[in-house]
Amino acid sequence: MLEINDLSIEYPARKGPPNLALENVSLAIEPGEFVVALGASGCGKTTLLNTIAGFIPPTRGEILLDGKPVEGPGYERGVVFQKHALMPWMNVIENVEFGLRLRKVPLHERRRVGMECLRRVGLSDAAQRPVYELSGGMQQRVGVARAIASSPQVMLLDEPLGALDAFTRESIQELLLNLWDDSKGVFFFITHDVEEALFLATRLIVMAPNPGRIVHELHLPFARQYIETRNARATKASGEFIAMRERVLALVHETSSGGTH
Amino acid sequence: MAATETKLLARPGDPPAARAPSPPESARRRRKRALSYGALGQGATWHISLATALVLLASWWLATRLGWIKPLFLPSPRATFDAFIGAITGDTQGGTPLAQHVEISVLRVLAAFGLAVVTAVPVGIAMGTSRIARGIADPLIEFYRPLPPLAYLPLIVIWLGIDESAKITLIFLACFAPLAMASKAGVRSVAIEQINAARSLGATRWQVIRMVVLPAALPEILTGMRIAIGFGWTTLVAAEMVAATAGLGQMVLNASNFLRTDIVIMGIVVIGILAYCFDALMRRLEKALTPWKGRM
Repeated sequence: MLEINDLSIEYPARKGPPNLALENVSLAIEPGEFVVALGASGCGKTTLLNTIAGFIPPTRGEILLDGKPVEGPGYERGVVFQKHALMPWMNVIENVEFGLRLRKVPLHERRRVGMECLRRVGLSDAAQRPVYELSGGMQQRVGVARAIASSPQVMLLDEPLGALDAFTRESIQELLLNLWDDSKGVFFFITHDVEEALFLATRLIVMAPNPGRIVHELHLPFARQYIETRNARATKASGEFIAMRERVLALVHETSSGGTH
Repeated sequence: MAATETKLLARPGDPPAARAPSPPESARRRRKRALSYGALGQGATWHISLATALVLLASWWLATRLGWIKPLFLPSPRATFDAFIGAITGDTQGGTPLAQHVEISVLRVLAAFGLAVVTAVPVGIAMGTSRIARGIADPLIEFYRPLPPLAYLPLIVIWLGIDESAKITLIFLACFAPLAMASKAGVRSVAIEQINAARSLGATRWQVIRMVVLPAALPEILTGMRIAIGFGWTTLVAAEMVAATAGLGQMVLNASNFLRTDIVIMGIVVIGILAYCFDALMRRLEKALTPWKGRM
């Protein structure tokens, strides 16, 4: 279980009072939840993810994973970035097994795990290819495979589909739901795309800027619907989904228009 | 309805040959068209460079042939070539054959360059990754970097004497600064996402430096190496000014004392060609070691 208790993050400003990137954020996430943070830029959603990942220390408050406070990054919390995070001097399989190599797992063992992870993201054939020859979508699949290779309890995804075209996005959304269903772990996903948020989330948190905070929380059925039916189009075309999309869009507009931008 | 639309667009009945043949295009027009798209100044340049070299050679030949310039100031290409042939058999001031001059100069430059690589790269990486290392090394390097090597040559001779160590130290100092600066800049160019990705996979600080920062900085380090070895050749003549008995720089200086302009020019050309070959080698190395450069 991942607990965020009264978390505040301040960035020092050049002059004047420090910028409050997050104010008193509290959130408890059970294993098996797919939490999506939705909000306009500047609402602190990436800051929240970076703090859970351990890249930023909390100014106030704490983050607990199974009761233990988070102090710095760790492989039980896998991170998938938007871009620029693969190592171009390694080929695909070497990137995927990089985390295992860091922990001195022997080659035959880590190669086996790496190939299994590549198979799960649908890239078995690309194992020996250099990453800089892959398309953006394939690169993100490699990034996902690298994160799941360490079998993390928590997957943190920072707008991983933000730079991809619509078709690639949809196929990776389905891939992520399948991986989530298999892992039974926590997925924490950031996006500013309402439809993507509705489709993936079992729990949607809507964030607002100045200061960054959670303003709405919704429990959604669509991810589980997809897992049962394996029909993404039908899920996204249902009247329920469309009605919810309008509702959430209204919420986002209402909460972000109060900000300075 | 979707089916008819697809059919309309794809026209499976149309053979590809039925398309109107495009009019033949001259190579010049094709090139012109290609040049009007994409980045400025793209395309092959070797034939332009070759023409430039040929024009230069021809004007050199013409100027000497027609007697516009006295051979004392500019000997003819022929005389320079003869000086080259003569030097191979040892016809220089001092009687050392050219091969020996080349050998000793190449060894000096390579020794100093090798020393610079094994010291400047770690120093640059340390400067990029540690506040304390940067605080210590930055003012030192920034102070001596713009000094001309000739300015501190006397000091090095006083400290180290007149044997090989002084010459290699001088060339080493010329190579060190650009290589250290390039390594530092290389560390700065590493994407924060790459470092964070490694840390979230459990990398220690040392693992991040060795397995992420160093390879990510490699393109800039190799560029720094190219610049450094160029500086090495630039400094060679200065290094061989004091108490050298052999070496290309010494050969040129000595020839100038005897007004053997043909040997001076020949020596300059040899140094230029050698430096060019090393640069070409470094570029090959760059391509082989960092194939991802500019593609990620």
